[in-house]
Amino acid sequence: MTLESELRSKRDRGRKILVPYITGGFPGWIDAVRAAAASGADAIEIGLPFSDPVMDGPVIQEASQRALELGATPVSILDGVRNLDVGIPLVVMCYYNTVFHAGHERFAKQLVAAGVCAAIIPDLPLEECGPWAKAADEAGLETGMLAAPTAPDSRLPMIVERARGFVYAVGLLGVTGERSALAATATAMAARLKPITDKPVLIGVGVSNAEQAVEACRVADGVIQGASVVRRLIEGGADAVGEYVDEVRRALDAAFVPQS
Amino acid sequence: MSLMSDPTTEGRFGEFGGRFVPETLVPACQELEIAFKEAWQDPVFRGELDAVLRDYAGRPSILTECHNLGAKLGIRLILKREDLNHTGSHKINNVLGQALLAKRMGKKRLVAETGAGQHGVATATAAALFGLECKVYMGAVDVERQALNVFRMHLLGAEVEAVHSGSRTLKDAVNEAMRDWVATVETTHYCLGSVMGPHPYPWMVRQFHRVIGDEAREQFQALVGDAPDVVVACVGGGSNAIGIFSGFVDLKSRLVGVEPAGGAAVKRGVPGVVHGMKSYLMQDEYGQVQEAHSISAGLDYPGIGPEHSYLASIGRVEYPNVTDDEVISAFQELARTEGIIPALECAHALAWIIRESGSMQGQTVLMNLSGRGDKDVGQMMEILK
Repeated sequence: MTLESELRSKRDRGRKILVPYITGGFPGWIDAVRAAAASGADAIEIGLPFSDPVMDGPVIQEASQRALELGATPVSILDGVRNLDVGIPLVVMCYYNTVFHAGHERFAKQLVAAGVCAAIIPDLPLEECGPWAKAADEAGLETGMLAAPTAPDSRLPMIVERARGFVYAVGLLGVTGERSALAATATAMAARLKPITDKPVLIGVGVSNAEQAVEACRVADGVIQGASVVRRLIEGGADAVGEYVDEVRRALDAAFVPQS
Repeated sequence: MSLMSDPTTEGRFGEFGGRFVPETLVPACQELEIAFKEAWQDPVFRGELDAVLRDYAGRPSILTECHNLGAKLGIRLILKREDLNHTGSHKINNVLGQALLAKRMGKKRLVAETGAGQHGVATATAAALFGLECKVYMGAVDVERQALNVFRMHLLGAEVEAVHSGSRTLKDAVNEAMRDWVATVETTHYCLGSVMGPHPYPWMVRQFHRVIGDEAREQFQALVGDAPDVVVACVGGGSNAIGIFSGFVDLKSRLVGVEPAGGAAVKRGVPGVVHGMKSYLMQDEYGQVQEAHSISAGLDYPGIGPEHSYLASIGRVEYPNVTDDEVISAFQELARTEGIIPALECAHALAWIIRESGSMQGQTVLMNLSGRGDKDVGQMMEILK
């Protein structure tokens, strides 16, 4: 199973894609992944905590810092991932130094061995991704690329060309975190990407509740939700994550009725 | 390629440097690179910058020969007096350059990180001068130990935000400034304070500090009649060091960048990627960035600018380190023998000179006195009680 084939087949049946993000190593994270999978997630993004997460706002920073204080490492988290067997694709999100320090080929192989389909590396832009992209392609690992509202039109075709699995449409100018409304940039970003790629386009960063997920999916193929999921993990544990994912799933399925 | 010329188009110095930033910031870095290149070649911009450096910052800074301490150590010790610049350190050179550039690019707001507060004060100063909004991020630990500089920034009209994440020092202030920039990039210029970060910063900040080395080369020749045997500077990110080294890298002079023992990126680090650059970085076995520990907030940084990593890798510059105790005694030594209170950062350079003077007998040693010690007097009063 590749992430892209899985997401495409769901999209082609009219289903909107829901990808919750969970910080690996935070207490209860394994149960939270299982709960999200059982509640209708289509894939799950597992964050490897890093000491200096520049793309993350306060909620994910806090979860990352606590996971690190409790001794989480990429190795311990991937050991947990290996035994998950939740039946949907798993994606790892990590900062580039985690990859660079381990070594590109070694890290790609570690992810594949743990059953991970794809990676997202938010501080590794197009111009710097060559060595990693080569190692990931050779290992059979997909790498989702980020497209941001600041990109000129001339840059987007290169980003979607290099993306494997899906294209990550960054929803706003800013870091991860919940916002009271969906930024206008979110659907605008997806609307710029959809005409130039057939790959699934998912909006992430600032998609903060079920209503905003529905709004985002009027243009995009799906959403990635981070801070709103991790906040529930911090406040209410795995059960709260499951309930939230179920709520978003129902809202999406009600707004966009999948073909049976 | 001659040493300390322009980096590659990818912003590399050898294998170091690059542009490892979130996608949102890539276009801003590209725009900045183009704007800096144009400005640097524009005689009008250079004329404006030279004028403000002269009429506002007080350049050129002088050389002072330390006859008393030099005689005691058996060397000719000569200081480049960046401490006499307006705002009290070399930081003003870079900040005036970047603020002028920000205005030229139509930006309305500056954000900056600061460790000891010197770069924050300099940025707040330039913002006041050029009518720009200014927000400075400072680790909560540093806000405590540099309270006077926090108040200075307030006086200058800047907003100061204490950063409570991570180690609550300089590296976390950089993270927070970058997060601000990700959200405000359309109207804001990130006024980075050292020769670090994503391309074009390491190169641009070095060009703005070249003036230190260019002046010193000419002044030293006039004073001594030869190039210095040794040129010494302290290194956190490494901006004052790169500035003075740029004037001597093509000569025979031995170049020495002194790091704090608790933040010795070259000695204890391995290549890594953080804050947009590939460089030597102190990290654990999984690549988590380690916290630096130094008596001086300005050197409390686990990395080093990428061009320094390159100069270290080819052996052109040495990067030894000194302990806090050596720094404390060097700080007092310069005050007592020469009547000059140095910033704790530069006391690192002097501590190395004092320790190694036995092997440099009769040599000429040029040290960059990059800042004055007024900001550290309160902290030293506690330590020496």
